[in-house]
Parts: sequence; structure tokens; C-alpha cells
Amino acid sequence: MIGASSIRKEGRAKVLGTACYTDDMDLPGALHGATVRSRCARGVLQGISYGPGIPWEEFVIVTAADIPGVNRVASVVDDQPFLVGLGEPISHPEQPVLLLAHPDRHLLERARQAVRLEVAELPPVLDLEASLELAQVIYGSDNLLKQIRIAKGDPEPVWAGTTVIAGEYRTGAQEQLYLEPNAMLAEVDGAGQVTVWGSLQCPYYVHGALKQLFGLDDRQVRVVAMEMGGGFGGKEDYPSLSAGHAALLAHKSGRPVRLIYDREEDMAATTKRHPSRTRIRCGFDGAGLLQALEVDFVLDGGAFTTLSPVVLSRGAIHAGGVYRCPNVRIHARAVATNTPPPGAFRGFGAPQSLFAIERHLDVCAARLGLDPVELRRRNFLRPGDTMATGQGVREDLDLAGLMDRALAELDYHGKRAAFARASPDDPVQRGVGFSVFMHGCGFTGSGEAHMASVAGVEGLADGTISVLAASTEMGQGKNTVFAQIVAEALALPLEMVEVAPVDTHRVPNSGPTVASRSTMMVGRILEDAASGLKQALVQQGFLRLPYTPGEFAAAVRRAREALGAIRCYGQFHANPRSAWDDVHYRGDAYPDYSWACYATAVAVDTVTYEVAVEDFVAVQEVGRVVNPVMAAGQIQGGVAQGIGWGLWEEVTMKQGRMANNQMTNYLIPTSADLPPIRTFFLEQPSAGGPGGAKGIGELPMDGPAPALLNAVQGALRATLGTLRLDEVPMTPDRLLERCEEASHG
Amino acid sequence: MAEPIQLTLTVNGAERTLTVHPFARLLDVLREQLGLTGTKEGCGEGECGACSVLLDGRVVNSCLVPAAQAQGAAVVTVEGLARDGELSPVQSAFLTHNAAQCGFCTPGMLVAATDLLSRCAHPGEPEVRAGLAGNLCRCTGYVKIVDAVREAAGPGGEAR
Amino acid sequence: MRGYLPDYDLRRPGSLAEALELLAREPGVWTPLAGGTDLMVLYNAGRLQATRLLDLSALAELRGIREEPAGLSFGALTSFTELRECEAVHRQFPNLVRSARATGALAIQNRGTLGGNISNASPAADTPPSLLAYGAELELVSSAGRRWLPYAAFHLGYKRLDLAPGELLARIRVPWPQGRGFHFFRKVGTRQAQAIAKVCLAGYGRIEAGALAEFRIGLGSLAPVPARARSVEAVLAGARLGALPIAAAQAALAADISPIDDIRASAHYRSVVARNVLGQMLRELDKLPG
Repeated sequence: MIGASSIRKEGRAKVLGTACYTDDMDLPGALHGATVRSRCARGVLQGISYGPGIPWEEFVIVTAADIPGVNRVASVVDDQPFLVGLGEPISHPEQPVLLLAHPDRHLLERARQAVRLEVAELPPVLDLEASLELAQVIYGSDNLLKQIRIAKGDPEPVWAGTTVIAGEYRTGAQEQLYLEPNAMLAEVDGAGQVTVWGSLQCPYYVHGALKQLFGLDDRQVRVVAMEMGGGFGGKEDYPSLSAGHAALLAHKSGRPVRLIYDREEDMAATTKRHPSRTRIRCGFDGAGLLQALEVDFVLDGGAFTTLSPVVLSRGAIHAGGVYRCPNVRIHARAVATNTPPPGAFRGFGAPQSLFAIERHLDVCAARLGLDPVELRRRNFLRPGDTMATGQGVREDLDLAGLMDRALAELDYHGKRAAFARASPDDPVQRGVGFSVFMHGCGFTGSGEAHMASVAGVEGLADGTISVLAASTEMGQGKNTVFAQIVAEALALPLEMVEVAPVDTHRVPNSGPTVASRSTMMVGRILEDAASGLKQALVQQGFLRLPYTPGEFAAAVRRAREALGAIRCYGQFHANPRSAWDDVHYRGDAYPDYSWACYATAVAVDTVTYEVAVEDFVAVQEVGRVVNPVMAAGQIQGGVAQGIGWGLWEEVTMKQGRMANNQMTNYLIPTSADLPPIRTFFLEQPSAGGPGGAKGIGELPMDGPAPALLNAVQGALRATLGTLRLDEVPMTPDRLLERCEEASHG
Repeated sequence: MAEPIQLTLTVNGAERTLTVHPFARLLDVLREQLGLTGTKEGCGEGECGACSVLLDGRVVNSCLVPAAQAQGAAVVTVEGLARDGELSPVQSAFLTHNAAQCGFCTPGMLVAATDLLSRCAHPGEPEVRAGLAGNLCRCTGYVKIVDAVREAAGPGGEAR
Repeated sequence: MRGYLPDYDLRRPGSLAEALELLAREPGVWTPLAGGTDLMVLYNAGRLQATRLLDLSALAELRGIREEPAGLSFGALTSFTELRECEAVHRQFPNLVRSARATGALAIQNRGTLGGNISNASPAADTPPSLLAYGAELELVSSAGRRWLPYAAFHLGYKRLDLAPGELLARIRVPWPQGRGFHFFRKVGTRQAQAIAKVCLAGYGRIEAGALAEFRIGLGSLAPVPARARSVEAVLAGARLGALPIAAAQAALAADISPIDDIRASAHYRSVVARNVLGQMLRELDKLPG
């Protein structure tokens, strides 16, 4: 089972077009809902007025005054209101102020435009530089949402004896652009039970948020995760807000409500990847060994805390990359701005800091007169080394082997030599580049221990098995993977295992579908639960070993007759050898890491400054691969997003609002823009995951951007020398600027 | 306010007559009046292709087609690709290649692929990529989609 | 979806005469609708100000590609797909094929029309530069009669057309290229499909005795309207292959363009790349045997 490329269970419905996404669900008698937003980056709400020409008496209107419980979205820090009340601060221009509902969605939109807000405006802080400068204090006393320091050894005395090379790197926001915009349906019944159906990654996050919003207990709130048309983190925390909105309208109107965002609203108002600025200083000794590393990592956290502390944490821990260094200082800050809060996006801070270190390594190599391959080879982490937090590199890690494999698959050296022989007069200049990186699997440190996730298996009346977990399916194939894991644990065919619909009335809290944790963490719990079920059936005499699938089914039926429902749950158990100090950021940051090297060949057209990606090789070591075809699909999709982020995806902000919030102006790659992405897996089983599996969902986001910019530099070195390629996306416009800088400077 | 019109058209082989606003979007007519929710709205701008249907044998973005212009037309949606519960070659290939991840782009992608293969029996990789460039996918990176379409084309194409 | 459907009315005349009669009777009221690939995008965004739409899609008189003595004549409702599938276009007007192929993606090409593309008057449209390079002419009809005018004279200013109330664009004719021709088209977008042009350049030249007997260059996204690069053309008039004044031509380009900063690109990028693409075209032309 594990290692088999089983066809996805939910695949058939998708190719038939019968898979039911949130907006496909009929909800008889439902009203349409809409959100009126602040339109002003910073100020105080003084009044709301309702324009002429709209039959306002037909509308359901919800303001902050209508909130029964707490007007704060349950999150890491509860600083974000569901709605802005009169006299209360407005902190970003897409902030929800009030909600409208009406049966006619055309009239609803007209009404939304007719609401007038009176705001006493204040000067906004619109980017991270302005926030750091503290010209305006918009959050706390110092605009800081979170600060983390990581220390190992002491770089200070070491700098003097090294070649010091500094650099500054920037990454822009990125829009997840799941094909299905955020969508939520809600109903409140006569007994006051709140039910929401939505496109959401974390049903128990939404559950907790609704309990707090309405002052209800566990059984009075029901969250059902529908088929999701993509998430990538963009539906991790935002749905708590939109579910609350839909539920508030349902509560006030007594009718079901559909709150379906269109693309413009989704792009403008929902979470994105955090923009970043990273300053790095590297000190290399005479042998080209990294002796001192200092990183200053800053994220633009937008108006509210949301997930910034966690994104910052991951970014900070990954900032040192895959290199051994005895003396490290990492100073990480997330700062507030008057922009819509960013949130989770595949990679979650690591793409930002890894972009910086991997681009910087190439810059250092050039400065030191070393081949970037050789500089890395000398400095790779080896088994027995410690990372920046002091975590030991326990596995049989072979980064050099990983790198050599990727370079061989790309024919990196052959291409580099061939491109070097090409004419400098050719308008198209080609180059190769690569990056080497890691991604910590699962939650940082004690995150999993705090969550204490629970997942289970249940024997059904027909003798088959149902998997009970709150993980949501967003295309990554978790339904199939879970079924494979449980089927393998019970020695059953895949057809005998189904995954239960994700409904908080039915499945336990196995944690959010984030952090590349589902296979590794939840899968492991399910493995335990399945084994537990088998043991219980044997111990209580219903089942004898060995058994055939038919005998197992019969045993389940017998047990149900005798005992009623039969379920077995497992719970996460922290590895007792694993220690993490959350205050000093020392210890085992992650239970395990996946490792990768990505290599690419590009063609730069010096007529138009367009970069074409001609070949892309992705080699990774992710423990045991549960489903090879699906795993390859995850890597290919993540690489595509990484390429988009590296070259084309720019979020243009004007006065704190996304100005290019249409798909015609925010450009993700089409099929015509990408080469075949070639993926290779090296397998080295990990103790932590089911059957030795680790996480892979986010890993592919970390590598493409620095590999691409390294390749662009390679392509243009002969004709233009060293270019300042320190920012993503490196759009044609930006590349032109950098090329002109190099020719004039 | 416009007078509603009687719209007669064939949808997935069956003749339908509906009363519609002449400027209503074909996408909404399909999803809301005919209950054919397989076709999706991803952008409302004609950029993403999630709303792709065949209109008189050609792939179009149904979010950009006013209902009046579908008068007397033959429309095929994703629901019309399988015959008597049997998947079309493209649908089958998508399944075996795992070309559908979240599946939201899949209906439009299948329609566009069906259109492509009806005009080009054995497309090579560049032809497939060009033919599907109007259908955005955020999950797959397109690799498995291209593989699936080429397999569905059957023997006679270039070997992979 | 932000359009307010009750505001909109759509009339679908069955004949050109009927359409023109309505336009004559109610001038300035009706906005022609062809394939909808521009107007419906505005409608979806809640920004379509024209609320009375005259659906031309049933007008057979506006369809069809005809080979005439003077040139190839396209009905205004010719779709980009029809254009791409026309053998005469491939044979004689390769720039038009490239323009059509560069427009959006297949689903847009199946619906978008030449007439709609021209009349929408976006300076970033992909086909107008090729039409300018080929010296296209337009036939405008009204209930009062018909007139022909050079396409180069049609755009009076940003989104202002030489189109009287009551007039409809009926046909577009491109004269047959004579003798030995050179065709060049390049659109620069941010991605390979579904991209609005940041720079677009189309060139057509007739070569006689090793020199340029005529040369027309159409530009997109570089001015408020699709425009001819007349200063550049003047520099190149009569120039000899193998000795084209490329640098002078590139320098003259500045007089023909007024690029802007917008959401897609900076004015500087447009200037530099337009110059580069012009250079690319001229170097290609210059290398042809005399």
C-alpha cells in the first residue's frame, strides 16, 4: 500500500464534475451575503450611512453591535475584530465593517456600493520600512507583532578573521490564487446551533472561532469541510473570519446564508504570503568555510497578528539554510502595517529566508572566486553537526549526494560549459542555477505536543473501515494517503477503507491541514489507531491472526453486534528525546526535515528581458514516499508556484490596497510558460512518520526562486558581470533595471 | 429592464427551453437554472478557463457569453463528456495520471482538452501546452495534465 | 460578479438593415456587442457603462472572409479562430496569424472578433498593429450608405473613433501584398498566453531591387491608440538591405511613441523594449539577401 501509486479515491467525482464544492451546494431559502469594507487604511469609524435608491428595509444588516459573544477572531493573538464598531479603529483598507444579506445577489452588490462610511482618517504605515522607522506607531508601543532571536556560538570575535560579505534581499507578497475563491455557507437553527459549510483547511480553527463569536459550547457549533478548490494556506485562518460573517448574517436573519467571494474581493481582502526583507552577513575563512553568520529577517505582518508569529518562527529557523556554521545570530521581527493581514502560504516563512541565503551563497561564491557548487560542498551540514538552534543532524544526511544527483539530472556542468561557449552577441543568453534547502516537517518545537491531535478509525456496519480525522482534502490527496496508511496497517485492500466526511460532529480534532504534517503526523496517529483497533479485536476474541480481508470484515460486524459502535483513537505523543525551548529558540525545532536540491536552466531574452524556464529538475529526500504519482504532483505544483513567485507574480499595492486584484493583472504561469518539471525522490525512511514518510507539501516552494535568479545571473555574467539580483519577483521590468545598473555602474 | 427571452438550446445532447434575461451569463444559466454545477466560476474575467464549455463545438469561457448568443446552440459541459457512466478517454487518462488535484480547474480543462483532441488527433507537447494555455491550474504544474491529454490521444503520437 | 443585470437590455436584430435602422432611429443609445470578450469582462466587474447592447452576432452580412481583387476582406464578425484557420491568411498575411494566436487563449480567440477588437480601441490590442502594417481599410455602413477609410485614420484619440452615430464597422480589407514581402510581428507580454501586450510591433515591407519600396510599422501599447511609426518609416524609406540605418531608425522611434507607466509595465521598460524589438526586426530584415 505504502509506495503504491493508488488512484485517488476522490478522483472520479472530479473528472465527472460531480464533486461538490461550497458554491455547488444548494441551500434552499438562502440569502446572499456581502461584506462592506473600510476602504481607508487607517482611521476611526465615525458613522455609517445608507445611500439612496436601495430598498434598505429588505436587507439584513449586521454591524459589530449585533455580535452576541466576543468580537475577536480566535487566533494566535485575539487582536482582529470580526467587524469594526462605531468609534473603533480601522487598521487596513479591506477591513470588514458591516455585512449585508438579501435574496437578490445583483441588488446586493448595488447595495454594497451604496453604503457610506464616515472615517476620521489617520496617516497610515504602508510598508515594512515605514513600520521599522516608527514615524507612526500603529501597533503596541513599537509596531512589533513578534520578535525572535536565535543564537549559537558568538560571531562578534570571529568577523575580523574572515572575508565578510553582506547582502540585502527582498521578497514581495504572493497571492495563493486557488482556483476556487473563498466560499462559506451558514445556517443557524431554531435551537441556536450554528452550522457552516465551507472551503476551509482547518475545521477546528473555525469551530473555535465560532464558539467565541457566539458564546457557544462544542456541540452547538458544527463545521463541515466541503470539497476545496485549492488552499495552499490561503484558507487556513481566513475562513474563521468569513465563517463568522456568514453565521452572523444567518443568525440575524433566521435564514441560511451564502457568502461567496468573487475573485476581485478574494485577491484584495484575504491573506497572502508575507513580504520580507532579509539582511545577511557571512564570514568565510581562508578555506572557504562559513565561520560567522548574521541574519536580520523582517516580515511585513499587516494590520493584525494572525499567523505572523508562526511564519516568523519558521522563517527564522530556516534562515541559516543547509550549512554548518559555529557562530550564528538570527534576529527576526514581524512588524505591523496598515495593510490586509498576510497569512499562511505554502512554505510559511521558509521560502522568504531560504531565498535570501541561497541567493547569497552564489553571491559569496562569486566574491570568493569559488564555484557555487564547491562553496556549498565545503559547507553542507553533515551527520553529527548542529543547526542554528542546536538541533543535531541525526540522519544519514548526504546533501552533497543530493546536490550531485540534481546537477547530473540537469546536466548542469555540461550546460554551463556549453553556455559559456555561446556567442555574447546572441540576444538570448542561457544559464544554469541551483539551490539546496530543507523544510522542517510538522509544527515547530512543541506545537504538536500542545495540540495533542487525535485521530481514529471506525468499523462500519458492512465491515469496512472509516478514517476519522479533521484533515481536509484540497487536492493533495490526503484521503487516498490516509486510506493507504490504514489499509497497510490492517493488511486490507484499499477499497475497504474510506475517509469519513470532515464534519466536527463526526471527526476528532486531528489538527489543522497545514505545515506539511498530515501524512507524517496524522498519518502516524492513524497507523497507531488502526493497530489499536486490530489489537482490540484480537484481544476481545472477535478476530484471529492471520486473517483475510473477508475475515476482518466479519470480525468488525461481530464486534459491532456485541458492542455497538467500535472506534479506536490514537493521539500524538511527543518524542521524549525531543526537547525544544520556546523562549530561547534552542533544541529540536522540528521532528524531522525533508531535504532538496533544485536545478534549472533558463534563457534570458535581452531584447525583452523575459526569462524562459527551459528545464527544471527537483530532487528531494522525503523519507518514504507513500504515493509516488501524487507526490510527484505535489512537487510539480509547488515548483510551478515557486517559479511564478520568482519571475512573474507581483502584488502591486496602492495606499494599502492591492491594485492588481484581477487575474488579468496578477499573472500565474499557464501551461505554455512552464517546462516539464522533472521530479526525483531519494528515499531514506524517517523514524517519525508512518512507514517512514516525512512531509512534502511545502518543500517545493522553497527552492525555485533562488535557483532561477542564480541561473539568470549565470546567463548574464559573461555580458554584464555581477547583477544585483536580490528581489523577487524578478519581472522583466525589474531585470531591465538591474541590467542597466550593471552597465552604468 | 429587458424582456426575458425564450432560450432554446441543446445542452449535453438534450434540448432545453428556458426563460432567461438575454444578458444573463451562460455560466449562470448552466449552474443556476439547469443545475449543472460542474462548470465553475474562477475569475469572471475570461482568464482562468474554469468556466469553459463547448459552444457549437468550440471551447469558450461561459462567463463571457450572454445567454441570447446561445440561442439555438449546442452546448457541452463536463457533465456531457462521459457516456452512460463510462468515462471519456480524456477523463479516464486524467484519473490514471492524477491530473486532477483539487479538481476545480478540471471540468474546464477536460472540455478544453476534448476540444483540442477533436481538432488535433496527436498533439505533441508544445501543441498541448498551447491548446490548454487558457485553462489555469494552480495545483499540478500542468505536467500530469499534459501527460494525460497525450495518452488520451492514443497511439500515433510521439513517444514520451 | 458585480454587474447589475436588471440595468441591461440586449436587442438581437436578425439583419443588418434592421440593425442600421435601429441605430439611425436611436443614435447614441445602442452599443454594438460582438463576441463579448471585452464588454462582458467589464460587465462582470460592474464597470460596463453601456447598458443597451445591440447584439450583432446574428448578422450574416458581417461574417465571412472573401478573396476580392483588391485584397482579402473580413467581415467584422470574423473571429480570431476563423482568421487562424483561413488558408489565404496563412499564405499572404502571416502577421495576422501571429496576432490572432497571441490574443488571449483559444477560448477568447473562438469568440473575439476583428470588428470588436478594433472598435474596443484598446491601445494594447494585438491585431491592430498588424492591420496597420498591412495598410488595412475599413468599411463603415449606416442606413445612409457606406464609406471606406484607411484604418490608420480610424483612431482619433484614446477610445475615440471616426465612427458617426448610426455607423457600424462592417468589413476590414487588407490589400494583397505585391512582389517580395517581409513580415514581422512581435508581442511582448508577461507570459506566453492570456497576457496583455506591454509592447507590440508589426512590420510589413515590400522589397524591390534590394531596397525598401514601402515599409509600414504598426505599434501597440506605446501610444493612446494603435499607431504607425511614421518617423521610423521616414528614416527607412528607400533604404537598402545590407545597409539599413538601424541606429537612426531606433533613434527616430522616440518621436512615434508616448509610453506610460501602468499596472503592467513602466514607460521606461516600454521605451527600451520597443527600441530593442525594432532593432531586432531591422537586423532580421537587413540580413535578407538583396
